[in-house]
Amino acid sequence: MTLIDAALSQTQMANKDGEVIIRVRDLVVGFGEKLVMNRLNLDVYRGEVLGFVGGSGQGKSVLTRAILGLVPIRAGSIEIFGQNRNALDPAHRRALEQRWGVLFQNGALFSGLTVKQNIQMPMREMRHISQKLMDELAMLKIELVGLSIDAADKFPSELSGGMVKRAALARALALDPELLFLDEPTSGLDPIGAAEFDELISTLQHSLGLTVFMVTHDLDSLYSICDRVAALADGKVIAQGPLKNLLESPHPWLKAYFHGVRGGRLTSTFGDYRNS
Amino acid sequence: MSAETLQYPPEVLIAGAGRMSLSGDWTLAASRLLEINAQKIVEHGSHGTSLIIDLQDVSHLDTAGAWVINRAQRELTHAQISVALERIRPEYEAMLREAAYRDFHPPPRHRSPLIFDLLVDLGASVVGAFHDFYRGVAFLGEFVSTLAYVAANPKHFRFTALVSHIESIGLRSAPIIILINILVGAIVAQQGIFQLERFGASSLAVDLIGILVLRELGVLLTSIMIAGRSGSAITAEIGSMKMREEIDALRVMGLSANEVLIAPRVLALVCSLPILTFIADMSALLGGMVVAWGYGDISPVAFLSLLKAAIAFRTFAVGLIKAPFMALVIGLIAAMDGLATEGSAESLGRQVTSSVVKSIFMVIVLDGLFAMFFAAINY
Repeated sequence: MTLIDAALSQTQMANKDGEVIIRVRDLVVGFGEKLVMNRLNLDVYRGEVLGFVGGSGQGKSVLTRAILGLVPIRAGSIEIFGQNRNALDPAHRRALEQRWGVLFQNGALFSGLTVKQNIQMPMREMRHISQKLMDELAMLKIELVGLSIDAADKFPSELSGGMVKRAALARALALDPELLFLDEPTSGLDPIGAAEFDELISTLQHSLGLTVFMVTHDLDSLYSICDRVAALADGKVIAQGPLKNLLESPHPWLKAYFHGVRGGRLTSTFGDYRNS
Repeated sequence: MSAETLQYPPEVLIAGAGRMSLSGDWTLAASRLLEINAQKIVEHGSHGTSLIIDLQDVSHLDTAGAWVINRAQRELTHAQISVALERIRPEYEAMLREAAYRDFHPPPRHRSPLIFDLLVDLGASVVGAFHDFYRGVAFLGEFVSTLAYVAANPKHFRFTALVSHIESIGLRSAPIIILINILVGAIVAQQGIFQLERFGASSLAVDLIGILVLRELGVLLTSIMIAGRSGSAITAEIGSMKMREEIDALRVMGLSANEVLIAPRVLALVCSLPILTFIADMSALLGGMVVAWGYGDISPVAFLSLLKAAIAFRTFAVGLIKAPFMALVIGLIAAMDGLATEGSAESLGRQVTSSVVKSIFMVIVLDGLFAMFFAAINY
């Protein structure tokens, strides 16, 4: 049994009663001659926080975009909530898309709308609820993500980087999704802000019962909030499982990632923490 | 998922006095049903003095559901009715806590009478127009000093950029300018011949085409076309650079946006527009000649000799002299509006619109001023 199979079977055993929310099988994605994903397999279970790591340019964002349906796939299947998105008719596809929320790397807030209007955008389009309730829910979301109330009427260009991330998270949570995609949520934040954001995601994940798919480069986030970690290299998931399995993996890229100059420092403290 | 297709719509069941149980999905997907049912809780609850709400059969609860339940509870409590929630699933308890109702005081909105707002708007736009003019003159000065600096240090000038802008502004506009000018020349010829025929003076149509096209129409149509086509592009380019802090990046490198971005573009316009005007003049004359031949029975040879008699070199020069000034106005307005862009996409759109509108307006005003000037000097 190869290492990947071992890791796979281990996680499958650990989660054998967990429902699979995202199931990616034999995914092939390419641009021109170049294959970015080559028969890639990935599972995300309900209620977990999956951290997704990989070198720059290895296609982490491409995979996320493929799952979201923003990039065409060449072969393989992607099932979300047990449904193949590409085989659905438009009405069901829209229903499916309302069950997830996405936090883009740079926020992707609508620059012509205030924070409150940004959050109300999906509600306004999808639901028939009164303006009063919409206002209240938007304010609730703003408070949930830790923004001050007076940020509600500001435009994205008036917000700081951290506030943009929080506002974008509030928008991602607007329809109370079951599944949350986060693309490098802590990039561009200072360590204190990043730690707060990690904690925020963790709190929300527990209180709202979210499943989180998080693309990240932040080793601290991996240590502090991820239940499982999947690593991408050469168009494949080379390992997935609890962080400690990946730390012990002999794969050269994983060794370099977790035990290199920067990773090493954290890994050793993580080890100390575990042993104590 | 609309409320109609919801599998388990939220429901309120009355279970005797002071007791009710909730069931179904209390989620945002229920849309309006959520609010209707919350209202039901308040209505039924307000009959008694106390209320117990049983949450055992709630199949799904999200923050929206928790919020409306909490809000209903709060409203009843306000009316001196004690409310207790019963048999809550542990996972919902966290949700209810997280989405506990609280009053959000929206910041007070300042309302003033409509007439007052209108007057304020009017005043602001008048002041804004003067301010624009002032800024325009200042910007022209800045541009001229940049040109002087570049003339003194020619190696600082970006010739490659100039050539590439001449290509995109000049060369690539040529086909559409040829096309519209052929059409306009043809229309003027047709109307001229048609109207003048009644006086037996259809050969005067050639004078009409020659003078009208060379003095006014050629340069005016070209300028308007370039303001729409290239002025908008310049505003959009510079505006999006401003949005993405590229202008600031230039500045901290010790480079000026004027020199790197604006001078090549404006100079490219100034070089291209006279050439395009010449092309436009020739195309319009061609269009006129073809129509005069086919519609007015004026052969090309006759057309040319009539044209020669009707116009002098200065008729042609008047149109051409105006072209570089038009180009300068278009380029400066486009660059200035680009630099005035703020953070949002909306602001970029606004600036592009205003750039095109302003430069077309200014082109026509300038043409009028030139007409007065040439009349005064008898040219």
